[in-house]
Amino acid sequence: MENLEKYNAIFMDTFAVDEADLNEDFTSANVEAWDSVGHMNLISYLEEEFDIMMESDDIVDLQSYEAGKEILAKYGIEF
Amino acid sequence: MFFENLERFGENVAIIENGEKVTYSQLQKSVKDLSGLYPERNLAFLVCSNSTESVEIYLSLLQARIPVALINGHLDQEHFQALLETYHPYYLWSPKDYSAFEEASEYGKYRLSIFEENREGGEKISSDLGVLLTTSGSTGSPKLVRQSYKNIQANTSSIVEYLGITSSDVAITTLPMHYTYGLSVLQTHIAAGASIVMTEDSIMQPTFWKQLADHHVTTFAGVPYTYEMLKKLRFLRRDVSSLRYLTQAGGKLGKDLHYEMATSCKEKGIDFIVMYGQTEATARMSYVPAESAVEKAGSIGIAIPGGKLWVIDVDGNVIETPNTPGELLYQGENVTMGYATCKEDLEKGYEQGDILHTGDVAQFDEDGFFYVVGRLKRFLKLYGNRVNLDEVEGILKHEGIECVITGIDDNMKICLLNEADKEKTNAIITGSTTIPRFAYKVYVIDEIPRNDSGKIQYNVLNEMLEEKK
Repeated sequence: MENLEKYNAIFMDTFAVDEADLNEDFTSANVEAWDSVGHMNLISYLEEEFDIMMESDDIVDLQSYEAGKEILAKYGIEF
Repeated sequence: MFFENLERFGENVAIIENGEKVTYSQLQKSVKDLSGLYPERNLAFLVCSNSTESVEIYLSLLQARIPVALINGHLDQEHFQALLETYHPYYLWSPKDYSAFEEASEYGKYRLSIFEENREGGEKISSDLGVLLTTSGSTGSPKLVRQSYKNIQANTSSIVEYLGITSSDVAITTLPMHYTYGLSVLQTHIAAGASIVMTEDSIMQPTFWKQLADHHVTTFAGVPYTYEMLKKLRFLRRDVSSLRYLTQAGGKLGKDLHYEMATSCKEKGIDFIVMYGQTEATARMSYVPAESAVEKAGSIGIAIPGGKLWVIDVDGNVIETPNTPGELLYQGENVTMGYATCKEDLEKGYEQGDILHTGDVAQFDEDGFFYVVGRLKRFLKLYGNRVNLDEVEGILKHEGIECVITGIDDNMKICLLNEADKEKTNAIITGSTTIPRFAYKVYVIDEIPRNDSGKIQYNVLNEMLEEKK
């Protein structure tokens, strides 16, 4: 599977949404299911799927679908 | 009472929200103004948020001796409606964007509505009754715990004493105000003339950590899941030099995480204090003193000042031998008046004296430290919320779904007899409860294992589920 597919699948699973919902408006502020528990699960799934360990700052900064891609890029995950 | 004469703390900062500070003198003034809005003693609902206004309104209701039910600000309208229909409040304080009832007064983001049709019977409400809290944040059950002014005063004083909270402490909210643990953090800091940063930010947001640093926060609270997140965040590598102590309650942390947190906090000079309690005991019943945190990892500690803990066997006899499990009982002035399931229940006084049967199975060690080893009834903690499995089963069965529910904390297991019910089950759980999707799994089983008398054999069921993994 391509990285983007994997990335999208994790968001769809974590927040129970469709792929079409994943855009620049998909942020922790806009998505009700994206609370602290949802955030933690998202991080866990991303770290597991891409086999990475994120820094503390990156974990708290990952507050949107788009920001996540930029943060993962730091760990060599290209989209 | 701790909630009166707040001006005695003068120019100490009471509340900080979005950087705006309110001193105790200012707080008392706005609270006094608000308490003039209530023409008579009758039931109030307050839809809570972690905001200055929510705190001011709460304190005004306490000062005016208006009994108030604290409602989860994220409760869906259907469950909110059910609470309104069950308790018929005379006063309703809610954020303007939460409900659309007629406005009698307003205060910032909040609106006061007064329901004249619910006026009758207010004078019959027990004069001891101060606060009503929900027992389950997840299933939206309309059952409330009745807490008296004496209860909250006693528990607040005790907590301030054993945590050693002083006016130089600064807390930041990590829990909602309607939740007994979040409320006790608020009440204890007000009682001590300390400061509290009110925020809706979670520890997973950069703004939380910025506020923690900016306001030199000395403490915050966490449920077990908070500490799992903090561990994941490796938060002690952040700038947390202002922290003096952290508390944990709201479910069993687990021995390993207790030990790990206690050890790493100690290295940073932070006290880590695990506590145990229930809404039925106002908030807290026991705590592990910081100096014993490492040695007694996994324990719920000793009774709080003014309280007593002991265990009894199935015949009701007091267990005197260490390491012998029995039901955990607690005695103290913080044991609440009892439950309410309708407005008439608000007329009742104390129903069970000052002794609480916790429903937890516990034992104590040679040093008198208590350890919870199980539960008498079928409750799970799902991410800090206590969920009654029988209640969830009831919700599903009501919709015609044949099921049985088991599981462990943070992992509820719903077993269906019909594969076809899977989708409907997910829809009901996500629609009718606030249990998060990842907090439960759905299994399909051929039959429910029962013994000869028809009783469900949960141990057999759990083994069956293990095999399905």
